[in-house]
Amino acid sequence: MRLTLINVVIAVVAAIAFAALNAAYLVWAERRGAARIQRRPGPNINGPFGLLQPPLDGIKLMAKQLTIPGGADKAMFIAAPILAMFPAIMSFVTIPFSDTIVAKNMNVGILMIFAFASMGGMSLVFAGWSSRNKYAMMSSVRAVSQAVAYEIPMLITTITVVMITGSMDLMEIVRQQSGSILHWNIFPVLGNSHNLLMPFSFLIFFTCTLAETNRAPFDLGEAESELVAGFHTEYGSMGFGLFFMGEYANIVVGSCLTTILFLGGWNCPFGLFPGVWWFILKLYLLIGTFIWIRWTFPRTTIYGLLNLSWKILIPLSLFNLLFTAGLLKVF
Amino acid sequence: MNPSTIASPALFSVDGLVGVVFLIMVAITLIGGLIACNSDRLVRSVAGLIVCFVGVAGIYYFLNSPFVAMMQILIYVGAVAVTISFAIMLAAPEEKKKIGITGPLAGPLGFGTAALLAGGFAVLALQTDWPVQAKINDGSVKQIGIQLLTDYSMVFELVSIVLLIAILGALVIARDGREGQ
Repeated sequence: MRLTLINVVIAVVAAIAFAALNAAYLVWAERRGAARIQRRPGPNINGPFGLLQPPLDGIKLMAKQLTIPGGADKAMFIAAPILAMFPAIMSFVTIPFSDTIVAKNMNVGILMIFAFASMGGMSLVFAGWSSRNKYAMMSSVRAVSQAVAYEIPMLITTITVVMITGSMDLMEIVRQQSGSILHWNIFPVLGNSHNLLMPFSFLIFFTCTLAETNRAPFDLGEAESELVAGFHTEYGSMGFGLFFMGEYANIVVGSCLTTILFLGGWNCPFGLFPGVWWFILKLYLLIGTFIWIRWTFPRTTIYGLLNLSWKILIPLSLFNLLFTAGLLKVF
Repeated sequence: MNPSTIASPALFSVDGLVGVVFLIMVAITLIGGLIACNSDRLVRSVAGLIVCFVGVAGIYYFLNSPFVAMMQILIYVGAVAVTISFAIMLAAPEEKKKIGITGPLAGPLGFGTAALLAGGFAVLALQTDWPVQAKINDGSVKQIGIQLLTDYSMVFELVSIVLLIAILGALVIARDGREGQ
């Protein structure tokens, strides 16, 4: 009893530390990546390679005054940034980083991550509504329609994977992909699926992750050229900081999930030395892709965004689901 | 009532702490429900509703059904509450209207109905002897699927009828609105 209690505390502290450190240092990575793509140095003054920038930014943000606008709904204004950060941290509890490093493996691991990820959307609604700011309000209307639109193809694609593996247990899903790179769910023929469309499922899933985390080219929620800063227009100090950290923590969760569902989790591509390092490597490759995409593609329009989901991704993922079900019946 | 208080175990025994956790879940649910009913701003009501849903999900988790708990959060918080808030944002930009107590159900009749329901549930809860159920299966997707399509297929079908009625209702309301213009 005592031992499990200690384990739980360690796991929770580790999850919070991992989420917060990643959130802080991904800001640095993003700024360096942006600078590289735009051919400028980026933050490189504080510490080696500018590595001291995130803690300094944190101190600066915490030293600032937290202003609450006059007409704002105080309770919800304060609740919104907290609600942005905590679902991401909750998700880390069930993500397996290797076959031993997992805080609490659950039968319904995927479901838990999606359940808490769906709560993140509410934080944007609360933030936009409680600020009493028209730009923030418009932003949250956009964010909600976006969240509703992209959650559907994402869940359908996940159901496809769950049908192939027959389990919602994240560790079991990774275990089924062990062996070699060809057993990963992303690869069509030799894997468990025999499904030619798996690479497309991966693309759909990854696109939806981009949209669900409000990343460019789908960052209509904070479109700074149209809506000042979107839902966090009125937020200063650490309220703003929490929104930012929440976004990056969500990116980490999304990348973890993509790694587990499609890229074989902690399995090595050649069947050698499976372990947490492979997971971390894949995770940061995906996050790098996130940053790369953000600074490469221009923002879409809101119509383009909604059309992409309702007219292309949802029909495609539904077809994919039926096709996979048929294949599973045949083989 | 909290079943563990009937035997009244010590507060710091396992059963006592379990009872405290259960009471916390119940409190969260009740507080959420009160916020949802009594706030004068619709968005706050939605926030209360979400708190209530999370509390109910906590009770499901407490009762050893993580699948139902996660589904509760995913569907009610992730889909229903988001859709409700979307509807509020589209419908009423100035939300500061205090909706007064109106209608025949609001006064004594409302209290009567509530009392009847609460009393009925209380009597039912006290008269049932709550047997501790064994864990039916391991809660994996396969088991849940088999159970849903065999033993509980009636429930499964009933849920789809509820959804069908909801869709029909939405269609009826939408048609009325169109003719009114």
